[in-house]
Amino acid sequence: MYVAVKGGERAIDNAHDWLAEERRGDPSVAELSVAQIREQLALAVNRVMAEGSLQDADLAALAIKQARGDLIEAIFLIRAYRTTLPRFGATEAVDTGAMACDRRISATFKDLPGGQVLGPTFDYTHRLIDFALAAEGTPPEQPGPEAPEGAEQPMPRVMEFLNREGLIETPEPGEETPRDVTREPLELPADRALRLQVLSRADEGFLLSLAYSTQRGYARNHPFVGELRIGTVPLEMEVPELGFSVEIGEIALTECETVNQFTGSKSEPPQFTRGYGLVFGQSERKAISMALVDRALRWEELGEDDQGAPAQDTEFVLYHADNIQATGFLEHIKLPHYVDFQSELELVRKLRRESATRPAREAEECA
Amino acid sequence: MEEPNAETAARKVRMGRLAKAPEGRVAALLDACLDRPGFDWLRAPEIGSVMVRGRAGGTGQPFNLGEVTVTRCALRLASGEVGHAYLKGRRKADAEAAALVDALMQTDAAARLQSGVLEVLEDEARTARASRAARAATTKVDFFTMVRGED
Repeated sequence: MYVAVKGGERAIDNAHDWLAEERRGDPSVAELSVAQIREQLALAVNRVMAEGSLQDADLAALAIKQARGDLIEAIFLIRAYRTTLPRFGATEAVDTGAMACDRRISATFKDLPGGQVLGPTFDYTHRLIDFALAAEGTPPEQPGPEAPEGAEQPMPRVMEFLNREGLIETPEPGEETPRDVTREPLELPADRALRLQVLSRADEGFLLSLAYSTQRGYARNHPFVGELRIGTVPLEMEVPELGFSVEIGEIALTECETVNQFTGSKSEPPQFTRGYGLVFGQSERKAISMALVDRALRWEELGEDDQGAPAQDTEFVLYHADNIQATGFLEHIKLPHYVDFQSELELVRKLRRESATRPAREAEECA
Repeated sequence: MEEPNAETAARKVRMGRLAKAPEGRVAALLDACLDRPGFDWLRAPEIGSVMVRGRAGGTGQPFNLGEVTVTRCALRLASGEVGHAYLKGRRKADAEAAALVDALMQTDAAARLQSGVLEVLEDEARTARASRAARAATTKVDFFTMVRGED
């Protein structure tokens, strides 16, 4: 419990003034614009949108600027803003199979229709600091690439190949309205749709660690990246006043499907199973992590053993994945707890007095 | 007279094109075509959110992925035609321009706007899409097999 304390207004105002100055930094250095953050720190912007659970690049860039680059603080700002918006409705489920892919790779099939498209990736870089970037030069203008034949060909899902042989589980199609953690409290049991929503807005670091734990043997399920794709899909929503659906824009997404070994259970034949990750923006570390954790959480419906691993524990995962919930509860302990602490202090003093007098008393009793 | 279905289909396509245009583009093309007529707001531009849905495994049960900001508005021209706009982002001026084009496409300015706004947007979108796809295609891996060194 914390109690209301008055008297800090002037100190708080001065602290905030100083914060504004510190945010600006050395005034002789040019100020960052929101557009610069949006364009040049795009992956930070992506992360704030994914975990803030609101796609709006300008808003996320502004939040990053306001938060001095503290991404969890920026996500907090986005979440708070989100609650002020009226909800107009929901889109139709996006068709990621029809994605205009910037990147599409498979670690399970080398020669797949549409090919292995690397896109703008950090993979295969040497992770050496590039001092040329410090020179603030602009990169040489690239000539427009020659359009190879069939550049815009569709990229069928890798999973469809395995599906033809019936060697992989197929997700049950459906049109149920999914539960929504932004509209109702998170209550267990959580079906897969609810779990996926929580995972998609979860803290990337938390998901990464959990996913890593499954690779190291805590609920091992031996994943392959069946397919990873990054690109844009159109968003379509039903407009009630028109009575038909319209496209309202496009959105960048990262999708990861894992293929996992599965030796079969009482109810299922030996086959490959799947984990699924879908995240706003270019966020492939998160999408892969999400797919691994999604797969680990599916142990019950697949009839696997509960190994007691953290990544299998739905309650543990879902209740600790949200960094805004976590930071809110964690950081509240720095607020005044004077009365709480006063009572603890009294208690410890009392216990001390008692333990100091006890040996004397015990000696008396023995005598 | 077009059938209602064809009309709906055409409107659906044009609203999508208008929504996907880059910021400020619809307004610039519209103003180059004609002077904006007077209108009344049926719904002044307002910003809200829309929940984006995905599907488990790409094709399974829908789930809520996260929200996007959306701007919407509706207006009526003095001559009576009603225009709507729903577009991603916080873009009130764009929503106004898109709703105006939507309404004007039901008037005798339709042909001018079709060529001066909608076809231009379609061409620009096609070019952008193709150049992005071409860029991606340059990063496509060409595998080749090394000759194995055994006789």
